[in-house]
Amino acid sequence: MINIENLTKKFEKITAVDNINLQIKEGEIFGLLGPNGAGKTTTLLMLTTLKPPTSGTATINNFDIIKQPDMVRKSIGIVFQDPSSDEILTGYENLKLHGWLYDMPDDLREQRIIEVLDLVDLTNRKDDLVKKYSGGMRRRLELARGLMHHPKVLFLDEPTLGLDPQSREYIWKYIEKLSKEKNITIILTTHYMDEADKLCDRLAIIDSGKIVVIGSPKKLKKDLGGDIIRIKAEKLNIDALKKLTYVKNITNCDGEFCLTVEDANLNLQEILGIIGKVDSVEIRTPTLDDVFLHYTGRGIRESSSEGGWAEKAMHMRSK
Amino acid sequence: MGELKGIYALWYREVKVFTRERSRVISSIINPLLWFFIIGGGLGASVSFGSINYQTFIYPGILIQTALFSSIFFGVYIVWDKKIDFMKEVLVAPMNRTSIFVGKILGGSTDTLIQIIILLTIGVVFIATGVMSGINFNFFTIFVTIVFLYVTTVGLVSIGLILGSQMESPEGFQLIISFVIFPMFFLSGALFPINNLPSWLAPFILANPVTYAVDGVRGVLIGFSRFSLVYDFLIICIFSIIMILIGTYAFKKMKI
Ligand SMILES: Nc1ncnc2c1ncn2[C@@H]1O[C@H](COP(=O)(O)OP(=O)(O)O)[C@@H](O)[C@H]1O
Ligand SMILES: [Mg+2]
Repeated sequence: MINIENLTKKFEKITAVDNINLQIKEGEIFGLLGPNGAGKTTTLLMLTTLKPPTSGTATINNFDIIKQPDMVRKSIGIVFQDPSSDEILTGYENLKLHGWLYDMPDDLREQRIIEVLDLVDLTNRKDDLVKKYSGGMRRRLELARGLMHHPKVLFLDEPTLGLDPQSREYIWKYIEKLSKEKNITIILTTHYMDEADKLCDRLAIIDSGKIVVIGSPKKLKKDLGGDIIRIKAEKLNIDALKKLTYVKNITNCDGEFCLTVEDANLNLQEILGIIGKVDSVEIRTPTLDDVFLHYTGRGIRESSSEGGWAEKAMHMRSK
Repeated sequence: MGELKGIYALWYREVKVFTRERSRVISSIINPLLWFFIIGGGLGASVSFGSINYQTFIYPGILIQTALFSSIFFGVYIVWDKKIDFMKEVLVAPMNRTSIFVGKILGGSTDTLIQIIILLTIGVVFIATGVMSGINFNFFTIFVTIVFLYVTTVGLVSIGLILGSQMESPEGFQLIISFVIFPMFFLSGALFPINNLPSWLAPFILANPVTYAVDGVRGVLIGFSRFSLVYDFLIICIFSIIMILIGTYAFKKMKI
């Protein structure tokens, strides 16, 4: 459905997207996961023909984004990162405008408006001005709008950025429903690990414009080869630990040590023996955070306030 | 067909938003009236040109002033559309950029036209009630005035869109007021006759397309002009066509 070849975008000083190659299958929910500034939005803008690539290209629904931008635009829908509905129009008017822009026949347009408003539960607010909507409602309206013309491929740029937990759950529900009922191919970007984990069939971790690794969330976590032992200690005899065959990886996470260990439950005793005095220990199954850390050497939560908050709360309790 | 519907959509949005924001409509009418009563009335107490009282003299100038400010502001306003992602929503639709430009022009010029018609209506009421005198309102003069102002407006909206399409952020707004709108207004003859200009000033005024719009409208409404109506009309038509062409090009090249 989507085939990206050597896609690159350079701005004056930086390479925002660096030689990306990707194939995305029909009906898939595919995620681009990466911290702020990783190049996710730039990638999406190139795929949706709004920004010309510096080099490389992509095909969407078998149309080339550079040579056949009009055909590409007919095949896609997009929900942008920033608000893109008109506040001084009502929800209904925004949708009607969209129908006109996409040259939908009048009766089909009205029918779809009813359908998508129902899908995102905004039917009874359709005649309110968008400026009276909450952030979550506005996002849902834009989601409805992106779908209205039944695109083959739907792009979602940070669909739940800045929303409260309840709205996020809602949006997730709609995205899953869409993918199931309409068999739309969905490409979403996010810097929320939980979102990527929950929604995506497959995802690509992207950092500084480069794809670091691609796979299903399950496989990515499994590929780490064990559980995570997080240790807070003065110092660690890293060389000795590296000699243990079941220790797959040692990284520094926020000033503590994270060890990826096969059969962590069985091997914890020996590890602690080598380390000696520790301040705290935590064993857990790997999350996408660990996957990110493993491949990039940095935590994604450095740029994500939510993860950081939970993290700090954990620390407080362990003290 | 598809393009026409898209153009209609953009027009609909602009006009709906404009008429919904009552404060915008009201302030666009209040300002010209302040000019009319305060500058026109104040200076009019001691200034007149022949038999033409100053207040009467600047009425056509105030119509143009309204068109000038409203049109250019409208065009430059697309920086806001760019700042939020509304512009992207339009650009990602399967519609060509020329149509988007045309939709914007039609929307902006309609907004301006609404204001002009309100001011003309007020003018007619002023004449009927004797607040103002010496303006020759009839179907023909009103029709010609509207055509003149509409053609000028299209060119001015294009200027605004050209500037807006090149601007990255709204910070340049103030510069545009100082370096585009005010010079075009003050150097247009909206406030003074252009028959005996000092030689250093004349080239600026004669190079300003707005001058010919003022001259034409003033000629029609109060019979006071320097050039012939046809000459004035020709110049503003050429001006608007050139601006449309540049604008179409600027829109095609517009980055987001
Ligand atoms: N128009 C632009 N000009 C210069 N740099 C840009 C522009 N747009 C994005 N960038 C830079 O490109 C990088 C990637 O940005 P972006 O694609 O928005 O990242 P993300 O969506 O993953 O947060 C960032 O470093 C950003 O500052
Ligand atoms: Mg982004």
